[in-house]
Amino acid sequence: MKKTAHSAFYSFAIKEFYHIFRDRWTTIILLIMPILMIILFGFAITTEVKNAKIAILDPSQDAATHAIVNKLGTSEYFIIDRYLHSKNEVDEIFKEGDIGMVVVFSENFYENMMHTGNAQIELIADGSDPNSALTLTRYATALIASYHQELLATPELQMPFQINSEVKFLYNPTLKGAYNTVPGVMGMVLMLICAMMTAVSIAREKELGTMEILLVSPLKPITIILSKTVPYIVLSLINLGTLLLLSVFALKVPIAGSLWLIIFISLIFIFVSLALGLLISTVAKSQMVAMLISGVILMLPVILLSGIIFPTESMNLFFLWLSKIIPANWYISAIKKVMIQGLGFASVIKELSILAGMAILLVALSLKKFKVRLS
Amino acid sequence: MLKYLLEKEFKQFIRNRFLPKFVIIFPFAALAIFPLVANMEIKNSKLAVVNHDNSTLSTRLIEKIKSSGYFIITDVSNSKSHIYDCIEEGKADEVLEIPAGFETDLIKENKTKVMISANAVNGMKAGLSSAYLGEIIADFNGDIRMELMQPSNRLSAPKFSIIPLYRYNPMMKSLYNMIPALLVMLMAMVCGFLPALNIVSEKENGTIEQMNVTPVNKFTLILSKLIPFWLVGFIALTICIFVAWLFYGFFPSGNVMTIYLFEAVFVLAMSGFGLVISNYAKTIQQAMFIMFFFVLTFIFLSGLYTPFSNMPQWAQVLGHFSPLKYIIQVIRLIYLKGSGFLEMMPQFFALLGLAIFFNIWAVFSYRKRVG
Repeated sequence: MKKTAHSAFYSFAIKEFYHIFRDRWTTIILLIMPILMIILFGFAITTEVKNAKIAILDPSQDAATHAIVNKLGTSEYFIIDRYLHSKNEVDEIFKEGDIGMVVVFSENFYENMMHTGNAQIELIADGSDPNSALTLTRYATALIASYHQELLATPELQMPFQINSEVKFLYNPTLKGAYNTVPGVMGMVLMLICAMMTAVSIAREKELGTMEILLVSPLKPITIILSKTVPYIVLSLINLGTLLLLSVFALKVPIAGSLWLIIFISLIFIFVSLALGLLISTVAKSQMVAMLISGVILMLPVILLSGIIFPTESMNLFFLWLSKIIPANWYISAIKKVMIQGLGFASVIKELSILAGMAILLVALSLKKFKVRLS
Repeated sequence: MLKYLLEKEFKQFIRNRFLPKFVIIFPFAALAIFPLVANMEIKNSKLAVVNHDNSTLSTRLIEKIKSSGYFIITDVSNSKSHIYDCIEEGKADEVLEIPAGFETDLIKENKTKVMISANAVNGMKAGLSSAYLGEIIADFNGDIRMELMQPSNRLSAPKFSIIPLYRYNPMMKSLYNMIPALLVMLMAMVCGFLPALNIVSEKENGTIEQMNVTPVNKFTLILSKLIPFWLVGFIALTICIFVAWLFYGFFPSGNVMTIYLFEAVFVLAMSGFGLVISNYAKTIQQAMFIMFFFVLTFIFLSGLYTPFSNMPQWAQVLGHFSPLKYIIQVIRLIYLKGSGFLEMMPQFFALLGLAIFFNIWAVFSYRKRVG
């Protein structure tokens, strides 16, 4: 009896594989999706500023302003597109829409800087594109601040009682954005494929009526359900491989920690996502509903609350708590620790146990729901 | 003929238990919640301090940093390894190390130094926070210098202030950013996904066969599929604008009707695109994933989350084919700069072009013959 159950599970899993792989387009998209996401997030979608055009309004034209303009212009972040002559030109420039920021120095900048402390630099950004405006002013501020600190450290200016600060960046000395986005994309792709695919494929059998046929068979419902998840586990592992290969070779994000640990964490996360998918499918009666629920409940929070795009620190307390019940966040945090920071098993015990707890809870919930539906 | 077909589509929509609720509840929920989340500001950076000095000066420095409001000091200790554990455990983003003899060095040898280490997994944040910390320390340095020097030969260090100003959006509310974003995402969901799934679900259920044997021509059929989603899209849009005004007092500074005009063309483009996918896909699953693939690409290339001008050239070229890019520009222009129709002609024609292109494609790719 045990043997037949085993072989039934096997043949069901095979059936599911056929379902997916005979649908050529779905397969191709499922396999291309991670590549697209990595390319988009790795190269195109970046909160980093590169070669942004800025304009300068410099009525002082002295050593300090020239040094600052030079500092901005020679950085890889900014290109100095033009020099303005009056503040009235600022609005015209923003209307054209090509230039995102104007740097305005106050008059007699050097004199004021050295003696009165009243020197001013205004960074006027086009606030109608707020993301852009914020990043531009931030980068400019950081560059100008570093000019200031270099200035203070120059021997000619040697002031008495000088405190120097030395900065060291851990894990990512060149401050590459990809180090932050790769774990996020991994979480997003695995969640999307596992949870959504499972939810939709079960909803599909319900919608087409084939679920009834499966359920009247002598197999236990749990066998049917588990066999449906097997192909998605395999697909997710393939995608995990693609993601890791791309991030190491295309984005040059090295794997600092143990590869096996990453795979282990990912397996647990895949399990959680599958369980979530199962739960959604017990609620949703049609594929469209299953998709909308997974889209709204899974994708949007992951995009918004996981810290890939928006920083999580500045969220208010409610959302901070909300972000804690999102499995992807724990996964992303664990992956960051292992893959980027190179930490070991001990440092991710908290994340792993939370994920495992979520998995057990979700599976229990969905099995309970599933049985209720049968009776 | 069209009238009866439309009646059918509307009945199907209303009788679906989930969709009408979704269209009404989602804008409310999204607008109530998301603007509070999507904040690009970086603050509350967690700082741990290794204080090897325990002098008045080092305590004062810590106080100074605390009072800046930017950093939350999570731990102060004299054990270096303990503090570095804080970074590994995520309890601190930056570590400030004050060496032994910090105060005596400063007074006797005229100089001293501190070390800042930042967890740079998020590179941008690490760069900014450490620059900011450096400025606070320089500021502190200025205060101390004034105290230590004789009033007769006081020298002030070179100093200037940096003032970021945001034209059109001086308070830099993230809301201003998020409402256009939500309007657009919502419209893309309602008017892109639903039509894409509509025809293909008729295919999967076999009811499309019945339609195909009727004398209804392709054009009428496609139109009957488009119009309902169009209307639903407008209802969702109206809810969005209303909720944004009700909850946040956020109303376009330009003409509201211009928004509707542009949305009409945008919705046409999106639903046309959805129908194209629907015509080619054989199953709902297929349609969905192809849609997801493209809509995600559209959204991320549109400049919604990250500045369009930051993207590499190839991505910008691709971005020109995203209807979302134009509508986001338009909504920001209308809401914030109060631009009129004439200033947005290029966006209008771009959207119109995309709409015509996708819908003609949708009509031509629809096959009455099966197999």
